[in-house]
Amino acid sequence: MTGAWDTARRSRLARLERARGVTAERWVAPAAVTALLEALLEPGDRVCLEGNNQKQADFLAAALGRVDPARVHHLHLVQSVLALPEHLALFERGIARRVDFSFSGPQAVRVAQLVAAGQLEIGAIHTYLELYARYFVDLTPRVALVAAVAADREGNLYTGPNTEDTPAVVEATAFRDGLVVAQVNERVDRLPRVDIPAGWVDFLTVAPTPSVVEPLFTRDPALVSEVQVLMAMMVVKGIYAEYGVDRLNHGIGFDSAAIELILPTFGEGLGLRGRACGHWALNPHPTLIPAIEAGFVRSIHCFGSELGMEAYVAARPDVFFTGRDGSLRSNRAFAQVAGHYACDLFIGSTLQLDVAGNSSTATATRIAGFGGAPNMGADARGRRHESPPWLRAGREANHQPGSMPRGRKLVVQLLETFREHMEPAFVERLDAWDLAERMGMENPPVMIHGDDVSHVVTEEGIANLLLCRSPEERADAIRGVAGYTPVGQARDRRAVEALRDRGVVRRPADLGIDVRLATRDLLAARTVKDLVRWSGGLYDPPRRFRSW
Amino acid sequence: MERLQFELECQEGAATPTLPPVVVGVVGSGNLEILVEGGAPAGRCRVAVATSARGFAGTWRAVLEDFAARHGPSGLVLSVNDAGATPAVVSLRLDQAIEEYRGGGR
Repeated sequence: MTGAWDTARRSRLARLERARGVTAERWVAPAAVTALLEALLEPGDRVCLEGNNQKQADFLAAALGRVDPARVHHLHLVQSVLALPEHLALFERGIARRVDFSFSGPQAVRVAQLVAAGQLEIGAIHTYLELYARYFVDLTPRVALVAAVAADREGNLYTGPNTEDTPAVVEATAFRDGLVVAQVNERVDRLPRVDIPAGWVDFLTVAPTPSVVEPLFTRDPALVSEVQVLMAMMVVKGIYAEYGVDRLNHGIGFDSAAIELILPTFGEGLGLRGRACGHWALNPHPTLIPAIEAGFVRSIHCFGSELGMEAYVAARPDVFFTGRDGSLRSNRAFAQVAGHYACDLFIGSTLQLDVAGNSSTATATRIAGFGGAPNMGADARGRRHESPPWLRAGREANHQPGSMPRGRKLVVQLLETFREHMEPAFVERLDAWDLAERMGMENPPVMIHGDDVSHVVTEEGIANLLLCRSPEERADAIRGVAGYTPVGQARDRRAVEALRDRGVVRRPADLGIDVRLATRDLLAARTVKDLVRWSGGLYDPPRRFRSW
Repeated sequence: MERLQFELECQEGAATPTLPPVVVGVVGSGNLEILVEGGAPAGRCRVAVATSARGFAGTWRAVLEDFAARHGPSGLVLSVNDAGATPAVVSLRLDQAIEEYRGGGR
C-alpha cells in the first residue's frame, strides 16, 4: 500500500479550496456562512453542531438550516444536546439524517415524533463522557460548528465562563484533519484569555446576536417546600454526617437545592462545616452561595456556568477554577471525570423508580436522554484511591465472607413519593419498557441502574440498599419508603419493620429528626433576593428570577 | 370539589381534653388547611375533608389511619380544606396540627 495515508487531509484541502470561492480569508461575513457551509460540507459528513447543555451555536445552526438539501444531505450529527428547534429542522428538511447524542430535554417530544416518522435515525443515546470518548474513536466530527464569546484577529477563541464541550469537540476535530467553524459574539484586539488556539480554528464569523445560554441551574428558594426541607434534613443527617461525605456532586432539582440551603443552618448545627461538603463537581448553583459564604465549600469544578454568577465567581477564586482574567473556566469533560472518579457521593432526582431501584426519566412519548447522570450516578468500578465514605459504603455492601474488599460510591436517589398531579414516582414497571418497545430499542433507557443505587430517600425515610441482602429485601426496603403510592401500599408491614430494626429503613424519628422543625425557616436563603444579599450584591440574577 | 367523611378508631381510650381550637396551614395550590377542635366521643376521631382532587378517598383513608395510629387523636374533630396537597404534605400538616393543638398553640 502506498500513498493513501492522507485521504482525510486531502479531503480537507479540497474543501478549503472550494471555500475559497466563498471567502478569501478566515473571517466570514454572517450572510456568507450558509454558502461557506455548502462549500465545506459533503453528504453523509459527521457534524458536531455545538449544542451543549447551556451554550448553543445557534447562529451556525440557523445557517446550516438554510443550505440546499440537494447539495448537503444525510449529515450525521454528533453532539451532546439537541436543544434548539433548528436542530430538529435539519431532519425535517432532509439535511441531517442520523444523530448520536446525550440529551434532548427541550426537544424530547419532537425527537420521538421524528423517529416515528422515519426522518431521524438515532445511532445511540450516550452519556456526555461516552459521546466525547467516541469523538476520539469512531465518531470524530468531520466538521465542527462551535460557539465562543470572542475571538481576536488571528482567530484565537475565548469561550468565557461557558467553555463546556468546546475543548473536547475542537480537539477531536482539529487533530484528525477536520474543519472548525466558530461563531463569536465579538471580535476584539486582545482576548482576556485564550481557550482555543487559532491554529485549531479554520473559519470565524461574528454572529448578529450573542449565542444563546440558558440559566438551567437557578432554583428560586421561594419555591422550596417544607417536604423538601424534611428530605434535605434526612440526607444531611442520615447520609452526609453519617458517612462524612466531603466530595460530592448534586443534581439540579429543588430537592438538592434544599440541601444546599440548609447547610449553613442545619448542617452547621451538626458540626459539619470543615468536615463535610467541602469539594464539589457542580455548576455554580446560586443556591450554594450561602454554604460558600458560611465556609463549608473549599472547591468547585464546573461543567458549565450559570447566568448571573459571573462577578460572584470572579470574586471567589479560592473556590472556583478561574482564568488569569478572573472569569470561570468550565469544562464539561473534566467535570464529568471529576464527578465520576473523585466524588464519593452523587445525589439526584428522577421521575420514576421501580422496586429494584432502577430509575428513569423516560416516558412513552419522549426521548430525553441522560446527560451526565449515569456517569455521576454510577459506582466508579475503576476507582482505586480510598476515602472514609467510600470504604464504609464498600463494607456495607460486601457481605460475602472472604470476598475481596472494595470501596463503593454513594449514589442517592432523592424523590417525593408523588410528583405533581399525584403521579406516583414509585412504579412496579418503568415507562422506559414501553418506550423501548415503541422505538425498537434492545434495552429500556435506564438512567441509573438499581445495582448502582446505594440509598433511596423520600419524605417517609431513607432506604439503605447497600445493607439489603437479596432482591426481595431490596424491594421491601424500597416499598418501605414509597409512602402511599400503590407500590408503597403493597408493602409487607412486618418485613419493613424488621428492616427498620436493622437500620436498613430509617424514619425521621429514627434519625432523631423532629418533623415539626422541617420548615422553611431552616433555609439560609428564602428568596432570590436573599441569595443576592448573601453574595454581597455580586450575584446578578436574570430578570425572570427577580421579583423586586 | 369532593367532600369526604372519615371516622377513625383510636387506640387510646381517654379523649384528649378539650383545648382551644387551632388552625394550621393555608389553602394554596399543593397545600391544605386543618382545623383541630374537640367534640368527638372517646376512642374516635372524626375527619371532614373538602378536597379539590377527586378520586383519592382510599389514599386519604390510608394517610388518616396511619395518623391515628401515630397520635391517637381520641375525641378530636378535624376539618381539612385541601388544595391538591400530596400525601407527604398532608401527613406533615396533620403532625403539625396535632402537636400545635396539644401544645396549646406553641
